Amino acid sequence: MSARETFLAEAAKRILITDGAFGTEIQNWKLAEADYAGNLGLSHEQKGNNDILALSKPEVPEAIHRAYFEAGADIAETNTFSANRISQADYGAEHLVREINVESARLARKVADEFQAKDGRPRFVAGAIGPTNKTLSLSPDVNDPGYREIDWDTLVDVYKEQAAALVEGGADFILIETVFDTLNAKAGIMAVKQLEAELGREVPIMLSMTLTDLSGRNLSGHTVEAFWHAVRHARPITIGLNCSFGATQLRPHVKTLSEIADTLIMIYPNAGLPNELGAYDEMPDTTAGFVGEWAVAGQVNVLGGCCGSTPDHIAAIARQVTGVAPRKVPSLEPVTRLAGLEPFIMAA
Amino acid sequence: MTATPSSARFVNVGERTNVTGSAKFKKLIMAGDYPAAVEVARQQVENGAQVIDVNMDEGLLDAVEAMTTYLKLIAAEPDIARVPVMIDSSKWEVIEAGLKCVSGKPIVNSISMKEGEAQFLEQARKCMTYGAAVVVMAFDETGQADTKERKVEICKRAYKLLTGIGFPPEDIIFDPNVFAVATGIEEHDRYALDFIEAVKEIREACPHVHFSGGLSNLSFSFRGNETVRRAMHSVFLYYAIPAGLDMAIVNAGQLDVYDQIDPVLREACEDVILMRREDATERLIELAESFKGQDKAAEKAAEEWRGWEVTKRLEHALVKGIDAYVVEDTEEARQAAADRGGRPIEVIEGPLMDGMNVVGDLFGSGKMFLPQVVKSARVMKKAVAHLIPFIEAEKEAGAKAKGRIIMATVKGDVHDIGKNIVGVVLQCNGYEVIDLGVMVPWSKILESANENDADIIGLSGLITPSLDEMVTVAEEMQRAKMNIPLLIGGATTSKVHTALRIDPAYEGPVIHVLDASRAVGVASQLLSDTQAEGFKSSVAIDYQKVREAREGKGQSDLLPLADARENAFKPAFADKAPAPVQPGLHVFGEWDLADLVETFDWTPFFRAWELAGTYPAILEDEVVGESARNLFADAKAMLEKIVSEKWLTAKGVCAFWPAHREGDDVLLEDGTRLPFLRQQFKKSRSRANFCLADFVDTQDDWLGGFAVGIHGIEPHLARFQAAHDDYSDILLKALADRFAEAFAERLHSHVRTTLWGYAPDEQFTNEALIREEYRGIRPAPGYPACPDHSLKPILFDLLKAQDNAGITLTESQAMLPTAAVSGFYFAHPESQYFGVARIGRDQLEDYAGRRGVELATAERWLRPNLD
Repeated sequence: MSARETFLAEAAKRILITDGAFGTEIQNWKLAEADYAGNLGLSHEQKGNNDILALSKPEVPEAIHRAYFEAGADIAETNTFSANRISQADYGAEHLVREINVESARLARKVADEFQAKDGRPRFVAGAIGPTNKTLSLSPDVNDPGYREIDWDTLVDVYKEQAAALVEGGADFILIETVFDTLNAKAGIMAVKQLEAELGREVPIMLSMTLTDLSGRNLSGHTVEAFWHAVRHARPITIGLNCSFGATQLRPHVKTLSEIADTLIMIYPNAGLPNELGAYDEMPDTTAGFVGEWAVAGQVNVLGGCCGSTPDHIAAIARQVTGVAPRKVPSLEPVTRLAGLEPFIMAA
Repeated sequence: MTATPSSARFVNVGERTNVTGSAKFKKLIMAGDYPAAVEVARQQVENGAQVIDVNMDEGLLDAVEAMTTYLKLIAAEPDIARVPVMIDSSKWEVIEAGLKCVSGKPIVNSISMKEGEAQFLEQARKCMTYGAAVVVMAFDETGQADTKERKVEICKRAYKLLTGIGFPPEDIIFDPNVFAVATGIEEHDRYALDFIEAVKEIREACPHVHFSGGLSNLSFSFRGNETVRRAMHSVFLYYAIPAGLDMAIVNAGQLDVYDQIDPVLREACEDVILMRREDATERLIELAESFKGQDKAAEKAAEEWRGWEVTKRLEHALVKGIDAYVVEDTEEARQAAADRGGRPIEVIEGPLMDGMNVVGDLFGSGKMFLPQVVKSARVMKKAVAHLIPFIEAEKEAGAKAKGRIIMATVKGDVHDIGKNIVGVVLQCNGYEVIDLGVMVPWSKILESANENDADIIGLSGLITPSLDEMVTVAEEMQRAKMNIPLLIGGATTSKVHTALRIDPAYEGPVIHVLDASRAVGVASQLLSDTQAEGFKSSVAIDYQKVREAREGKGQSDLLPLADARENAFKPAFADKAPAPVQPGLHVFGEWDLADLVETFDWTPFFRAWELAGTYPAILEDEVVGESARNLFADAKAMLEKIVSEKWLTAKGVCAFWPAHREGDDVLLEDGTRLPFLRQQFKKSRSRANFCLADFVDTQDDWLGGFAVGIHGIEPHLARFQAAHDDYSDILLKALADRFAEAFAERLHSHVRTTLWGYAPDEQFTNEALIREEYRGIRPAPGYPACPDHSLKPILFDLLKAQDNAGITLTESQAMLPTAAVSGFYFAHPESQYFGVARIGRDQLEDYAGRRGVELATAERWLRPNLD
């Protein structure tokens, strides 16, 4: 069976669990500049370049993957949120993009296979691709609304380089996550489609949008439904929401998405909203209680955590949804689904 | 009324942002004045364009540069970027450059097989990876399709190729080429008719596709004669939309209402478009001369009131609901205002509002009735529509409305007759109404309220699941910390439900509005500086009392379920109906409309217009008689057109299944279980606690089911809406509802006498049918005897109602089309209608088990029956 088929078969049986945050876990290791920099001989300071640990201190991401699988995760998301040419340029490490991604995927694959061998339950590796810090839809200059910092073709190449390396290292899926700009996500989809053509096989896509305001829009202004219309051509294996807010704020938007999307729903919220010190203090059982409500309401297929979540959060979520039936994927009428910032349906 | 539905059956594509179609836009782009060019797009969207077409194909322009610059600029304008874009170019490189800038899901216009299959498919594949729908021109290697046969052949071939590479058929929009007619060249005579017939045929052969066309080509030979061009376009759409045209690149403001085109001109246009006569072209050309600058007013001025001064004429037109001269009168008033240095807004604030105040006073004092008020509103809208461009040109603020009200039929519900009436009445009384349409999610309601700084939100719904959705809206308003008043209306809403369920969910004022005539009183008190607080607190106290009264009632008057079952109704099964004469499934693809008109029950029709009384006595009623007669005459006139011109199609299905009772369930032979609910309140004396299952024997019995729907209303509603004609819009919807009810009645009678045939000799007058004197009943899921709407999907599956009668269900189980009826047939002579009313937790739990659904799910569907 292909990874897509195995994943769909598992998701039909139960609610699957993806992992939680890396950033907060890495902080617990209290790493110094030397740990980040390793022997790579880079000219820039590397402290804070979490993704480079795959090369300089691989035991850290490996241990975190292990902790999340022990907590009950079915999916490991590679530690590659910023492992693209644009973000790595800030660390003078853009020439290492392929290596970081290949190694990160290998690490996750190794641990996943180890757990799968132990109990026979399939484990998956999602190669995570962040949005970069450039946007195709918005101008950084208020006085020049037509200006863009980056163009489509460049961004497609950036994404393709990263996606190819993740697949080379053993990722099952490409997870285009924390989508604040829908057009960036569409470029990501194009990159994966081009990669598929080159490899001559399917590379299933996971998509995850992030909301920037409570009315349910991302930074480029798309509503959840408009976003779905804009990316449905990717035929993603999962669609969902991550980051931005805690579970309580995501509630209405999860419901909306679960009703309109004819694919699996994956939600991994932050552990609440940060407190005045910028730390997340929502307790594991609290988060699990919130996301458990979606599970009971039949609105989700995959659950996990984003900023502030820990292996304890993931374990609590896994306990909470044990035995709860997964959402059934609805079938949709063949009507024309268009979108601007808002959805537009042409009835048959 | 600003209608902003998120879905539509006929799509207006804005055409002004096209350098080949708009000289003004071309000038702006050529001059590099992009800020002004962006404003053109904004106006398009504000004027109702649902998609905007952007075209930069001009020889002297770098089209790639112009297209990307413009698309990036409009992406920065949220009120433009909210609608999808149509990227329009004959050059693929321009289209692909555009695709790289558009963040939603756009439409590509266009691709074709002009350069062969390979290139066509390559471009289609790219559209799939970019995520875009496409317009496919009927064009192949040998050229553009002109005849019907060529159009059909090319489109079918393109469809096969596209679906062959996995292109979603719903993302294909065919443009089978509109060409100029009446050119004097004989081969051109068939062009319009060929287009219409080709659309019809392609639609049959290629499921899920859409059709688009550019109208301006059609009337090309009449350049300079706007009257004739507009008439031709309207006539063409009148025939092309029912055939399947569902998208047109057209300036919506420049279409005429079909019914209001000069009859001689209309006939001449029809002759040309439908190729009805040899000399059609000559006749239209000859006639066109007489429409050049003709002064139509001359003959019309004969009527006496036309001699009055303009403000009097406007008032007269408003009160009488005459729209024939309103545009010219408004223009006259505007010029008069301009001559004395006044502004166009003064025409609205002065004579028009004065006229509407007269209408409002007459309505308030019961001297005018809803149908007339709606007609008056139509006149007002046309006058305002005429003034808006002048007002905008002056950039002055709009007339100060008394308040701004957001109205919406909630998510899952499609019924809007009542909401539209309330909207019209409020507008007539000086309120600004922003109508969000039907099936509106709460997020959109809140967003729109915030964006427009609304003073009040009004929610409407007809079916019981909408009650829950209204609670959701109230909860979300609370969550968003809003405090503006929330008005609740619609057939299943009530003061009790509002007080018990909606009011506690929202701290701001929540008020149930019983009918349209109360809406103005409620709105004016809520927005009054002096009365608002008193009114809000008196309503709050009133609702608190309702809640206390309910609490006091307690649960004592319900029987335990077991006792209620003991007291079941036990009919004599010796008398049960025989097995159906024609068992199985029966499909009726097109029931004769004229036959249905015979079976109309007119009383609810008048009730929909808030005219109280029974038909036919209502026509002679002292108070509302005149109003009822006028409405009846308009209804009859429209009915005649509906029937003779086949505006609507009545499709239905019914079936009979061997069945038997098992407890409170009816079990069909195929294993389908239909659980029903039992009355649980204590009955006096010998009355039984009814359950529908009681009417079915424990062995060897039968159950029937049916669904009927009235199709084809959308293009006509689109016409009316384009003409700002609420009156005809509401009238047609109300008549469609009558057709659906009549069809259910007629089919039931056919079932009794022929298909099931248990009463072959029955003969009833229409009045007796309306009094339900016949044997057997047809209760519908969602109505008192069978309150669970969620039985509908089971019934629909059994009937294959979607395939057989074209009826679908929304997530709240409302039926689409809106004019539809479904239900079960019980044939036992003692079967009768009853209301289940309140049930206990014990029955709820039992029922959830029998239905095989979660308790919470059952609770949601049966909430109106709990407490």
